[in-house]
Amino acid sequence: MCLAVPGQIISLQDHLDPLLRCGLVNFLGIRKEISLAYVPEAKINDYVIVHAGFALAVLDEQEAQASLQVHQEYTDFEAVS
Amino acid sequence: MKQLSTYRDADLTQKWVKAIASITTQTWNIMEVCGGQTHSIIKYGIDQLIPETIDLIHGPGCPVCVTPIAYIDKALAIAEQTDVIFCSFGDMLRVPGSANDLLNLKAQGADIRVVYSPMDAISLAQLNPHRQIVFFAVGFETTVPTTALAVYKAQQLRLPNFSLLSCHVRVPPVVSKLFNSPNNRVQGLLGAGHVSSVMGYHEYLPIASQYRIPIVITGFEPVDILQGLFFCIKQLENGQYEVENQYRRVVKLEGNLTAQQLMQKVFVTVDREWRGLGKITGGGLALNGNFSEWDAEQRFNTTSNIFKESSICKIGDILQGLIKPPQCPEFGNRCTPEHPVGATMVSSEGACAAYFRYRSTY
Repeated sequence: MCLAVPGQIISLQDHLDPLLRCGLVNFLGIRKEISLAYVPEAKINDYVIVHAGFALAVLDEQEAQASLQVHQEYTDFEAVS
Repeated sequence: MKQLSTYRDADLTQKWVKAIASITTQTWNIMEVCGGQTHSIIKYGIDQLIPETIDLIHGPGCPVCVTPIAYIDKALAIAEQTDVIFCSFGDMLRVPGSANDLLNLKAQGADIRVVYSPMDAISLAQLNPHRQIVFFAVGFETTVPTTALAVYKAQQLRLPNFSLLSCHVRVPPVVSKLFNSPNNRVQGLLGAGHVSSVMGYHEYLPIASQYRIPIVITGFEPVDILQGLFFCIKQLENGQYEVENQYRRVVKLEGNLTAQQLMQKVFVTVDREWRGLGKITGGGLALNGNFSEWDAEQRFNTTSNIFKESSICKIGDILQGLIKPPQCPEFGNRCTPEHPVGATMVSSEGACAAYFRYRSTY
């Protein structure tokens, strides 16, 4: 039920009421109109996490990079030994 | 897409498996709270990759499973009325009520529609002004903002023919209840990533320190789950009980404040019965008084049912992690996804359905 999938914003439709702002989001080729009510900061080309037609978070690229560095820090046994 | 492929990478998965083995010195029982995580664990065989001394306990984070039978019966009572178009997420349709389920009722002629988003129900209400459109609002805090906006839009449009059967549930109260139980075996917890993307994770800080149980907010891909387990085991081995955030690319401490604001406007926290678990204090959300006009429970008479739970389903034990699905005598016998006896065999997030689908041997 809490399934949420990442997709990329390819166009925006602004609205006078920020809670009715929408955008077209591309999910690996499938395009769907998604509510951007809860991600007022979202821009074109951002990746968003989408659940039941709503973007709930903008994917944080910097944090994604940082967590890749965590991978190296904890899992690089071969390099250490 | 790079984000996804990285978190499903086989080499990286193996590295984390080795990292976990290298720090584990004893037996630990770790619960993943979310049904989506249970599904990933069984699908990718994560429980079989990690040391045998780590027991993964599957938690109650499947909203379809915990929706009380009283609400399934209310849904059935509303959906069978001739002027109603009853809208629901797909996985609610086969959950057994006292005497019927929504899919069977649909086969008998009721107008029951599966929707992707609550906003689809709003569109249906606009298109069908002479019918009553009722949306069955189930789900944790991840889903609540989506129904909150549907109700907000119904208010903006003054839609008289839309209403909500609200059975939303909240995660932190049930975590407290499980930890507080004398039967509790859980020593570490993987917190639900998408719930936390909305709510943040500050609510877990007092829970972790009160029960001295480490909590790691974790994502859903195999590498996320292994990394979450690693952080959790590391804390357990060091005697720590902090709240950590593995899913930092999506979850912030404070969560999504815009979503929380609308949720607080539309809903109010209430005590709620959970299927198999009993009453959870503060465990549910109901429409607040300003929005009662859109409350299906007030619009339709649904009060006269006598509820009858299956006597053979062990859903309570499954949801508390006291037994694993194959330990239920009915698993794979009388109870299958084709003919589910209990809700945990219906939903794709239910522990029983995950074991049935992905395990050829038990």
